Amino acid sequence: MYRSLAEAIADAEAQGISLSQLALETEARDQGRPVSEIREALGRALHVMNGAVERGMTGDLFSASGLVGGDAAKLRNGPPGPLAGTPFRDVLARALAVQEVNAAMGVIVAAPTAGGAGVLPAVLTGLAAARNLTDDQVIDALATAALIGAVVAERASLSGAEGGCQAETGAAAGMAAGAATEMLGGTPAQVGHATALAQQGTLGLVCDPLGGLVELPCVFRNATGAAIALAAIEMALAGVTFAIPVDEVIDTMGEIGRNMDVRYRETAGGGLAATPTGRRLAKERLVSIKRRS
Amino acid sequence: MVSLLDIIGPVMVGPSSSHTAGACRLGLLARCLVGDTPDRALLELHGSFARTGEGHGTDKALVGGLMGFRPDDERLRTALDIMEHEGLDYRFEKTTLDDDAHPNSVRITVERGDRKSVMVGASLGAGRVLVTEIDGYAVQVTGNLHTIVLVAADVKGSVARIATILSDGELNIATLKLSRKERGGDAFMVIEVDEQPSEAVRDAIRGLTWVKWAFRLDKVSA
Repeated sequence: MYRSLAEAIADAEAQGISLSQLALETEARDQGRPVSEIREALGRALHVMNGAVERGMTGDLFSASGLVGGDAAKLRNGPPGPLAGTPFRDVLARALAVQEVNAAMGVIVAAPTAGGAGVLPAVLTGLAAARNLTDDQVIDALATAALIGAVVAERASLSGAEGGCQAETGAAAGMAAGAATEMLGGTPAQVGHATALAQQGTLGLVCDPLGGLVELPCVFRNATGAAIALAAIEMALAGVTFAIPVDEVIDTMGEIGRNMDVRYRETAGGGLAATPTGRRLAKERLVSIKRRS
Repeated sequence: MVSLLDIIGPVMVGPSSSHTAGACRLGLLARCLVGDTPDRALLELHGSFARTGEGHGTDKALVGGLMGFRPDDERLRTALDIMEHEGLDYRFEKTTLDDDAHPNSVRITVERGDRKSVMVGASLGAGRVLVTEIDGYAVQVTGNLHTIVLVAADVKGSVARIATILSDGELNIATLKLSRKERGGDAFMVIEVDEQPSEAVRDAIRGLTWVKWAFRLDKVSA
């Protein structure tokens, strides 16, 4: 697989194909499998993603600690805000839904991780629903998202313990922004700008879950990560470009992650986890989990 | 080499690829050491598994794995109830393994009938696991391929005999590691193969007079 998005974009442009097609053909060559088989596997992932979105909207799921749950349903059915009825609100609801399912031990697709699993399905299925796109188009977008994620894995990290939340929901936002930009008709170059625009907006984001659990703020960070992806898509499709090349933005994320204090890398030693309320909630809820089990 | 399906995947029960999916895979591997669902098990949790395991469902995932549930099986959520209902005697304890043990480590002692085995393993992140010890022998089993583990007396030609059985069983050896505690002592073999070994192959290996025990560890990767 590619280690540079600039290289992938140049190859796609030279061959006159989309990044998704390039990603699928490269994967087929790397793994010695036909493209049809890879598309089938991505199709199964999409099926699970759709199931998680649907399950999470019912409003009756709660995490082990009871700290998160029921918020996706509020966006689906609750009082309107300024963005009521727009794809934006729907995407936020979908991101919360998938991550609430994850926190409640439901089935999700780690994309790229379980903690950041809400962003990509929310953005892709939400925008596909708004534009009446086919499953095949979303599957292509998943291939592009995976290509972007593979480059991030090689150049930086996809682990909160290594790079903070910028490497989980941040990377997911970059993947979703690039993938949706292609899905909505953007060129390979626009995909690169969308990814850079999303990733730059999440640089420095820490991983600070209460009690070390994938619950709070993780569920909400998936929604705000999806919002950043939407902002990047809107800008990139309007022709906005980002002057720092996308590979260098990804490298920057890796560099910030390596220098990030261990308290901000999934250890619950800093950030929101270390606030007086964060500590109190984590303690109370962990005790209550123990009592029940 | 990174695959697109490593990035979009695995499909799993939440909330954590390391604390839930990886824990389930470790349970599945420990199950293989007694060939089926253990009657009794002691699960000793180390490090982060001990500290945040309950909130991540690590206990449920380990137990589910022992019962044969895979990482994407929704029954993991209620695995502890199912365990009780089935009358299985599984206990959890917190422990401190060696200083260099991975933070997400567990020592699992499984018993079924008169068979008993102890395994130490770690969840490395993103659902990947590594078994580092079986019955006191240092090993490195990832579960990414079908694996055969066996203990044999240190006799000449043992590797050749086993290779022949595998080849007769149409199995292609991917890796083979041999170790022993001392010269003339028991030899421990870990053999990774591309295809799933049949029970006939396992029984043929067990039938060798100098083989003390042999087990198949099924592939547990996505």
